[in-house]
Amino acid sequence: MHLSDLWFIAIAVLWAGYFILEGFDFGVGILLPVLGRDQARRRVMINTIGPVWDGNEVWLLTAGGATFAAFPGWYAAMFSAFYLPLLLILVALIIRGVAFEYRGKRAGAAWRRGWDAAIFIGSLLPAILWGVAFGNVLHGIPLNAAHNYAGNFFTLLNPYSLLGGLATLSLFTLDGALFLALKTMGQLRRQATAVARLAGVAAVLAGGGFLAWTEFSYRSAGHVATGTASVLLAAAAAVALLTAVSATVGWGLSGRCGRPREGLAFGAAAAGIAAATGALFTALYPNVLPSTLNAAYTLTTGNAASTAKTLAVMTVVACIFLPFVLAYQAWTYWVFRKRLGAPPQSAPETQ
Amino acid sequence: MSVLELSRWQFGITTVYHFLFVPVTIGLGFLVAGFETAWLRTGDTRWLRLTKFYGRLFLINFAMGVVTGIVQEFQFGMNWSAYSRYVGDIFGAPLAIEALLAFFLESTFLGLWIFGWDRLPPKVHAACMWIASVGTLLSAYFILAANSWMQHPVGYHYNPVTHREELTSFLAVMTNPEQLGTFPHTIAACFLVAGGLVTGIAVWHLLRRPSPDTAGAFRSAAKVGAITTLVAAVGTMVTGDILGKLMTMYQPMKMAAAEALYHTAQPAPFSLFTIGTLNGSKPVFQVTVPRILSFLATGNFSGQVKGIDNIQALYAQVYGPGSYTPIIPVAYWSFRLMIGLGLLATLIALVVLWTLRKGRVPAASGSARSRLLRWAAITLPFLPLAAMSVGWIFTELGRQPWLVFGQLKTSAGVSANSAGEVLASVIILTLLYGVLAVIEGGLMFKYARAGLDVEEPAGPADGDQEPLALVY
Repeated sequence: MHLSDLWFIAIAVLWAGYFILEGFDFGVGILLPVLGRDQARRRVMINTIGPVWDGNEVWLLTAGGATFAAFPGWYAAMFSAFYLPLLLILVALIIRGVAFEYRGKRAGAAWRRGWDAAIFIGSLLPAILWGVAFGNVLHGIPLNAAHNYAGNFFTLLNPYSLLGGLATLSLFTLDGALFLALKTMGQLRRQATAVARLAGVAAVLAGGGFLAWTEFSYRSAGHVATGTASVLLAAAAAVALLTAVSATVGWGLSGRCGRPREGLAFGAAAAGIAAATGALFTALYPNVLPSTLNAAYTLTTGNAASTAKTLAVMTVVACIFLPFVLAYQAWTYWVFRKRLGAPPQSAPETQ
Repeated sequence: MSVLELSRWQFGITTVYHFLFVPVTIGLGFLVAGFETAWLRTGDTRWLRLTKFYGRLFLINFAMGVVTGIVQEFQFGMNWSAYSRYVGDIFGAPLAIEALLAFFLESTFLGLWIFGWDRLPPKVHAACMWIASVGTLLSAYFILAANSWMQHPVGYHYNPVTHREELTSFLAVMTNPEQLGTFPHTIAACFLVAGGLVTGIAVWHLLRRPSPDTAGAFRSAAKVGAITTLVAAVGTMVTGDILGKLMTMYQPMKMAAAEALYHTAQPAPFSLFTIGTLNGSKPVFQVTVPRILSFLATGNFSGQVKGIDNIQALYAQVYGPGSYTPIIPVAYWSFRLMIGLGLLATLIALVVLWTLRKGRVPAASGSARSRLLRWAAITLPFLPLAAMSVGWIFTELGRQPWLVFGQLKTSAGVSANSAGEVLASVIILTLLYGVLAVIEGGLMFKYARAGLDVEEPAGPADGDQEPLALVY
C-alpha cells in the first residue's frame, strides 16, 4: 500500500469522525426550535454540547489540513470548485460558533432569540451542504485539464447530490436527537427519543437511497476490492441505521416492545454514519475528485498526492499524536458524562 | 477589480481581523492560567476574582479567534488554489499538524475549563488553562513556520516534472532561521498585547475609587500586567532587532522599502519621520538619525544598506523584467508605526509601574495627571494590538510582489474563480466581520467595565443546580 492510500484512509476516518461528532452537535442545533420550547430547555440543550462542540469542529479543520498536506491537488481543486457552498458553510460555522459563546452574555429575549436563530441556521446549512458537497465529489464535477472547475454554483445542485444533502441532514438530526436522549432527562429526553424515531426513518430512507444510488451509479470501477468493500459498508450502514431506529422504539431481540435503549441507538447511529462515510470513500477510490468532462482530468490518489517524503512526515506525526488526541477527547466526554436537567423552576425568558 | 485584487483584499481583511484576536488569546491565556495558579498557591481570593474577570474577556475574544480561523484554513484552497498546488507539499503539513497538535488541545481543554469549574479538582482545572495556552503556542509555531517559509523558503526543491515545489527537509522548514526570529518576536508581542490589556483595564478601574478589596485585586493585576508588558517589550525589541538583520539578509528590498532608501548608502541614516512623497524625490521635511539604519540592518554603525533602485536593477536581471518594489509609503509608515506604537505602550507601562511603587494606588482625583493616566489606561490595550497589525502589514506587503519570496509571485497564486464569486465573498465576509466586531467590542467593553464579581445573565443550567460562572 502506498502512503497516499494510507492518507486517503486517514482523511476518510477524519471525515467519519467529524460527521459523527459534529453531526450530533449540528443535530442539537437543528432541533433547538423543535424541542427547545422554553428558555430553560434551550439552555439545557445547548449545554449538552457546550463543552465539546468546538473540539468536534477541529475534526473538520484536521480533515481540511490533512487534505491540503496529503493531496494538495485535491484540496486546491475541491475548495476552489465548491467556492460558494464553502462560503455559506463558513458563514454558518462563524455565526454558530459565536452564538454559543455570546448568547448568554447579555440579558434580553431578543438577544437570545437572535443567537438561537444563528445556532439553528448555522447548524442546518452545513448539515445539508456537506451532503451536497460529498454527493458532488462522488458524482464528479466539470474539472478541466488544469484541474480547475468549469461549472457554476447550479452545476452542484444535481438530484443525486441534493439527496446527499437530505441524507446528511436526516443522519445528523438523528445523531443529535439520540445524543439529547442520552444526555438529558424527563420530558426533553422522551421527546428527543420520539424525534429520533422520525429522524431515524428519514435517515434510513434518504441515507439508504443515497448509498444505493451511489453503489449503482457512481461507484468507481477503478478498483475491485474497494468496490466490493463499498457495497459491504453500505449494507452495514443500512443495518446499523435500522438497529438505531429499532433501539429508539425499544424492540428487543424477542421482538417485544420495551424501554428505548438510547446508548445502543446512539452507538448504532454513529456506526451507521461511519459505515456510510466509509462506503462513500471506498466507492470513490482510487479517484479523489472525478472530472465529468474527461476521465483523463480526474484527480486520483496518485496524481493529487504530495511526495512520499511529506506523507512520511505526516504519518510519523499522526502516529505519535493522534492517540493522545483521542485519549483526551474521550476523557472530556467522560468528565461531562452526567445527564443534564432543567432547573426546578424554569427561568423566565428575560431577567 | 480583478480576481487577484479581490483575493488580496479578502486575505488582507480576514487575516488582519483574525489576528486582532490571536495575540490576546495567546498572551491572556497564560496570564489567566497564572492568576488561577496564584489563587491555588496563596488561597487569596483576589486571584480567583481576577481569573474569572480576565477569563471572561479571554473567552469573548477566543470565540472570535476560533471562528475567523476557519476562514484562514479554507481560503488557501478557495482563493489561492494555484498557490496551494504549487507549494502544498511543503505548506500543507504545518497546517495539518497545527490542527492535530494545537487546535484539539485548545478547544478540548478550554471546553473543560469553561464547564469544569465544579467537575474537576482545582489543580486539574488550572492545568486545563495551562494546557490550552501551550496549545496556542504550538499553533503559533506551526503557522509561523509556514509563513516564515514564504518569507525565506528552505528545505525544498523545484520538481520540473510535477511543476511544483517539494519538501526535502521538514526539519529545515521547522528550524528556518527566519522562523527562529519570527516566532519569539511574535510571541513576545502577544504578551505585550495581553499585558497592555490587563494593565489598561486594571488601571481604569483603580481610577474609579473601587472598594479596598477590589482595589487590591486590580492593583495586583495592574502590576502583573505592567511587568508583563515591560518584559515583553524588551523581548520584542531584542527579537525585532534580530529579525531586522535576517530581513536585510533574506529580503533586502523590504529593509530598503522600510526606509524608502532608493540608493545604496554606507553608513545609512534612519529617518524618524518624513514629510514628502517618499518616491525618491527630495523630502519637504525629514528628521534623521545618522547611522541607525546601518545598525538596524547590519549590526554595524557603518554597514552598507542597499537601496531600492539598486535591488530593483539586480532583481530584474535575476528574475526577469518587472517591478520588484513593494508599496513604499505603506512599508515606510507601517514600519515606523509598529515601532512607535510599541514604544508608546512600553512608556505607559513604565508610568503605571511608577504610580504603583511601594504599595501606592494611583489617586483618583480629578487632577490633570489622573485624567491623563485615565486616557493612557484606555489607550494602552489598543497600542500593542495596532502595532502588531501594522507589523504584519509591513511583513506581508513588504514581501510583494512575491507570495513565496523569489519563487512564486502573488499574481501567479490566485484561483481561477470568477470575480463575481470572490466579490460576493469579500462583501459577505466583510459585512459579517463588521457586525461581529460591533458585537464583540460591545461585549468586551461591557464586561471590562462591569468589573469583578459580575454574574452573566445566563446563569446556571446544569443538573447540579450550582451557579457556574462561565456557561452559555
